[in-house]
Amino acid sequence: MTRRPRPGARPTPAALIVLLLTGVLLAAAPPAPAAAAADVATEEAMVPSGSGADAVELDTTVYVPASATADAPAPAVVLAHGFGGSKDSVAADARDLAGRGYVVLTYSARGFGRSTGQIGLDDPRFEVADLSTLLDRLAARDDVLLDAPGDPRVGVAGASYGGALALLAAGHDPRVDAIAPQITWNSLTAALFPSQVGAADEPTVAATPQGDGGVYKRLWSGLFFGVGSAPSGGLLDGLGGGDGAAAAPGGAPASLPVDPTSVDPQQAEQLLTCGRFRADVCAAYQAAAASGTLTPEVAAVLDRSSPAAVLDRIHAPTLLVQGTQDSLFGLGQADANARGIAANGTPVEVVWYAGGHDAQASERTTERLRDQVAGWFDRYLRGEGTDPGTGFEFPAPTGLTGGLGTAQSSVQGGTPTVVAPAYPGLAGAAPAERRSIAVDGSVQPVVTPAGGTPAAITVVPGLGSLGSALPGTSVEIPGQFAAFASDPLDAAVEVVGAPTVDLAVASSSGSATLFAKLYDVGPDGQQTLPSGLVAPLSLTGLSADPTAPTRVSVTLPAIVHRFEAGHTMRVVVSSTDQAFALPAQSAVYSVALAGGDGAALSVPEVAARAQDTGGTSRWWVLLGALAALGLLGWGAAVLEGRRRRRRVSAVEPDGEDVPLRFTGVTKAYKDGFVAVRDLSFEVRRGQVLGLLGPNGAGKTTSLRMLMGLIRPTSGRITVFGHEVRPGAPVLSRLGSFVEGTGLQPHLSGRDNLRLYWAATGRPAEDAHLEEALEVAGLGAAIDRPVRRYSQGMRQRVAIAQAMLGLPDLLVLDEPTNGLDPPQIHAMREVLRSYAATGRTVIVSSHLLAEIEQTCSHVVVMAKGQKIAQGTVEEIVGTGGAVSVGLADDADADRAAAVLQGLPGVTVERTDEGLVAELDGTPRARALQALVAAGIEVDAFTPRRRLEDAFLALVGEG
Amino acid sequence: MSTAHEGAIVATEAPRAVQATGAVAGYRPERTLRLSVELRRQFKRRRTIGVLALMVALPLILIAALQLGGSEDAQANSRINLVDVATAGGLNFTLFVLFATTSFFLVVVYALFFGDTVAAEAQWGSLRYTLATPVPRARLLRQKWYAALLLSVGALLTLVLTALVAGSTAFGFAPIQTPIGVTLGQADGLLRLAGMVGYLAVHLLVVGTLAFWFSTVTDAPLAAVGGAVFTVFVFAILDQVEQLGSIRDFFPTAYEFAWTDLLQTPVDSGDLFRGVVQSLLYAAVFTALAFRHFARRDVTS
Repeated sequence: MTRRPRPGARPTPAALIVLLLTGVLLAAAPPAPAAAAADVATEEAMVPSGSGADAVELDTTVYVPASATADAPAPAVVLAHGFGGSKDSVAADARDLAGRGYVVLTYSARGFGRSTGQIGLDDPRFEVADLSTLLDRLAARDDVLLDAPGDPRVGVAGASYGGALALLAAGHDPRVDAIAPQITWNSLTAALFPSQVGAADEPTVAATPQGDGGVYKRLWSGLFFGVGSAPSGGLLDGLGGGDGAAAAPGGAPASLPVDPTSVDPQQAEQLLTCGRFRADVCAAYQAAAASGTLTPEVAAVLDRSSPAAVLDRIHAPTLLVQGTQDSLFGLGQADANARGIAANGTPVEVVWYAGGHDAQASERTTERLRDQVAGWFDRYLRGEGTDPGTGFEFPAPTGLTGGLGTAQSSVQGGTPTVVAPAYPGLAGAAPAERRSIAVDGSVQPVVTPAGGTPAAITVVPGLGSLGSALPGTSVEIPGQFAAFASDPLDAAVEVVGAPTVDLAVASSSGSATLFAKLYDVGPDGQQTLPSGLVAPLSLTGLSADPTAPTRVSVTLPAIVHRFEAGHTMRVVVSSTDQAFALPAQSAVYSVALAGGDGAALSVPEVAARAQDTGGTSRWWVLLGALAALGLLGWGAAVLEGRRRRRRVSAVEPDGEDVPLRFTGVTKAYKDGFVAVRDLSFEVRRGQVLGLLGPNGAGKTTSLRMLMGLIRPTSGRITVFGHEVRPGAPVLSRLGSFVEGTGLQPHLSGRDNLRLYWAATGRPAEDAHLEEALEVAGLGAAIDRPVRRYSQGMRQRVAIAQAMLGLPDLLVLDEPTNGLDPPQIHAMREVLRSYAATGRTVIVSSHLLAEIEQTCSHVVVMAKGQKIAQGTVEEIVGTGGAVSVGLADDADADRAAAVLQGLPGVTVERTDEGLVAELDGTPRARALQALVAAGIEVDAFTPRRRLEDAFLALVGEG
Repeated sequence: MSTAHEGAIVATEAPRAVQATGAVAGYRPERTLRLSVELRRQFKRRRTIGVLALMVALPLILIAALQLGGSEDAQANSRINLVDVATAGGLNFTLFVLFATTSFFLVVVYALFFGDTVAAEAQWGSLRYTLATPVPRARLLRQKWYAALLLSVGALLTLVLTALVAGSTAFGFAPIQTPIGVTLGQADGLLRLAGMVGYLAVHLLVVGTLAFWFSTVTDAPLAAVGGAVFTVFVFAILDQVEQLGSIRDFFPTAYEFAWTDLLQTPVDSGDLFRGVVQSLLYAAVFTALAFRHFARRDVTS
């Protein structure tokens, strides 16, 4: 749009172009939306799997897109759900994938949902075997693409529990062609008994020691187990279902109430404590929870469920998605999986996103991940799309901590994603770059309280960092930690991966349980713990002598975080953390930096470029598009203006003599009401035309049409020979006062007139403001605000406004309403003398007397139609007849004789008395004759022939 | 009204020179209702002066409130919040003022200036005289649109400048402290503040042009202003309904807080860009609807 004047230009086309172009821009900006999930059919089935005592029935749903048929079989995708979920948890993802043309199979894993059986924690003998059974079923479908008989083209995706299942299935069943595991584990042992002791020997960014025998992750384990141990379907169902064989197909509950005598007490106890877990899994949990240590039995159960053992057998291209807000399965787990799978030469792409077990991803991120998983399958199941490569994506590092109530709620849309060409250190890619940050601090004693309380609070499972929930609060217990800080950073440092630091620790008992973390400390001292992550350290074989401590390499939690310039990095080593199992004995450790002062914190960095934001160029594109549109609109306006100026409408040749002409004008409204019907009349120069009619006769509508405010339905109105349209230039010769004064109440009368004239844009000297003010005749009141005026004063200002610029055609609607008799009289004089200058005046009124005294010509209207037209004399009839009222009716004959004696006069007798047609004889002479004859005349009034007709017409309605 | 005056009128003989278009000499459509005249008309209204005065008063009231209340109780807040750092300096205070006014106050101001513009004239009855002047209808709307934009942006700038000056006087002209402890220098901070004001000026066009459209439909200014504000609030409420999913990204109110992205380092302009484009799109649609409706309308007020 331009600010340049565009005379009468129509802006709509320009606006439409803006619309179209911006629409294109907008469409190009966001990623293409997922295909509509139309025409997806679902098939539900209970599928038997396993044999003997472990036989179960799996509750499955197959989503079949309309595009998958026997003639055009489609590749399949199996979606596995997370722990505690069921096939319904992944229904939305399934529909999305099916909408993209995949046959999607979802199912509830054994022990979940309506599937029967017990939870084996992704046991290769059970859960993984179940998946193979389902692959058999897919292979038997004619709408699923086969690589070989019995070998469907299939991908497996899932999050957490389902993600590990995808990895294990790819390791155990060679028929799996591509997998997309999300937020899952590499080693359940390392995830639940972590100890991040040891430096990152691996070249990858988030390499985290997967050592066993670490510190028991108490809170998370309890939560994890608690979900599975709640007897599904109610306790009584569980007891009933446990009575002998598996639950009835379809999960129908056994008959209730349960006979107490038929319940085996031992079985009941197992059900109550273990729920739907297998006995061996349950026993392992109970042993771990009770002792807080990793026994070989527990390790055997957890290792069996860990993909770590089968990574070397995975040849299906793998998309590893891991969350940065995850205190359960950290980035290190995905790092280990990536290394293991890439070592086989299998393509691996690693994606980190803002979310995880601690914080739900934003909707946009979820949508994006869906697209990425679908893209991975498109590539490796269908061979479509570009090679996703083996790149590495992660959320752009920010100073935000993430977790509960993160900035994502107030800073909309979350953080942008950045992309690196490769995951550092993976499959021949250059190893992670590390930067050294000097930290220092003295040797500090660290106390472990007996019983492990009070404990530092850093992580709340599922909620993430408490530090971010309560900004500025850091629940570290004084005396229980050692802190080592860097100098304020000169420039911002973006840490992507797991930093390392070397500590020197001594413990009188030779062992220690410690928790290392890296705080971001602002210039004001406020410290935040990125993602709320903690590195537990389980140390043994330590020196007991604080003067000769043992050197310990520590890998801090893998994070994506930007330490702003001016902030400091603070390594804190504490003795307690309430999320973990803590030693019951009190102890004192001494903790120092291994290198003394100037020891280095080694932080990984990844060179990556922002994705999706497109930099500043698109802003220039937008600006350019707007400028181009503006120019285009301006150009169009100029051309249009020229065209209009050239197109002078056909002017009627007698225009100057006929200031106003109505030709067959009709105005009908949409509701069928006809306000004006076929109205034709003309007004000649110098006339004062009265538009006479009762209320609702169509007078005001006619005036509005002549002002260009209302479009006639048909017919033509011309002013000075030019046709009237809205905004027709000829209207500048018109002055009007129609229905309401239109004055701005907060302004004085004078300001109203001035501003009105200013809006016309015409030269100030053309206004004749002083003459107009004299017409108004308000005196000093003209400078008072209009809202304090009386009705008559407003009326006069409005008439003065209409007369500004001395228009050639003056239109006044009921001008004398609200005026007192002297003012009415003065107004008549003004109008008559105005017309005498050769200008034309149109006055509307519903009062016959008003018209009679003001106008020279009259048009009579009723019900939208013209009834009569002519000079006032013609219409009102003052030139013709008089009615004579006599004091004494007996004089009637004599009076008639006297009048008839005058030349040309004829007399008629009516009920109301004598009516004399004077025919040119002056009234005065007739009266004189009567008086001279000695007749007492009571009334002698001009006879108005039309008035009767008019009233009769008006009275009809 | 004595006969003495009539002489003056009689003395000016008609008819005068007319142009080929039928217009009286001295009339040019492109000179009608110039922006300066329209602004003069608006500035003579107490409403305009009142809104601008409010824009000056609001930051002063907020400063008084912040200094009165102290900050001890302000800590227990789970959201990253600009109020926590409002007193860190003039720039921070200005950010807080913007944050506090984005979703309601500024919406009402824009709706008022845009929604009142045509409907108020219709209500006074002056619209028909302006149109019969004649000011071409499209030109009348365009001039009103520009005037409303100037007034709205003027009000926004008044608010920001007052907040900046008063805030800097009260709290010092310190670098921006973001709630997460990031510090932005004064020069950078001013630049980003300018970007935020620019974004808000464009984004609020959505509600402004919506009110403008309503203003051409109704003769009651209250209905136009209230209708636009009401619509925006309905969308703000719908925005809370998670089930609507990504449909919400297409709401007129979507991205109303995208300007806070300018606090990030590096700046993520993704939402800003989409917000600007989407706002311009909505504004173009509403403006086009206003012009379309007004061009065809029978003015009966």
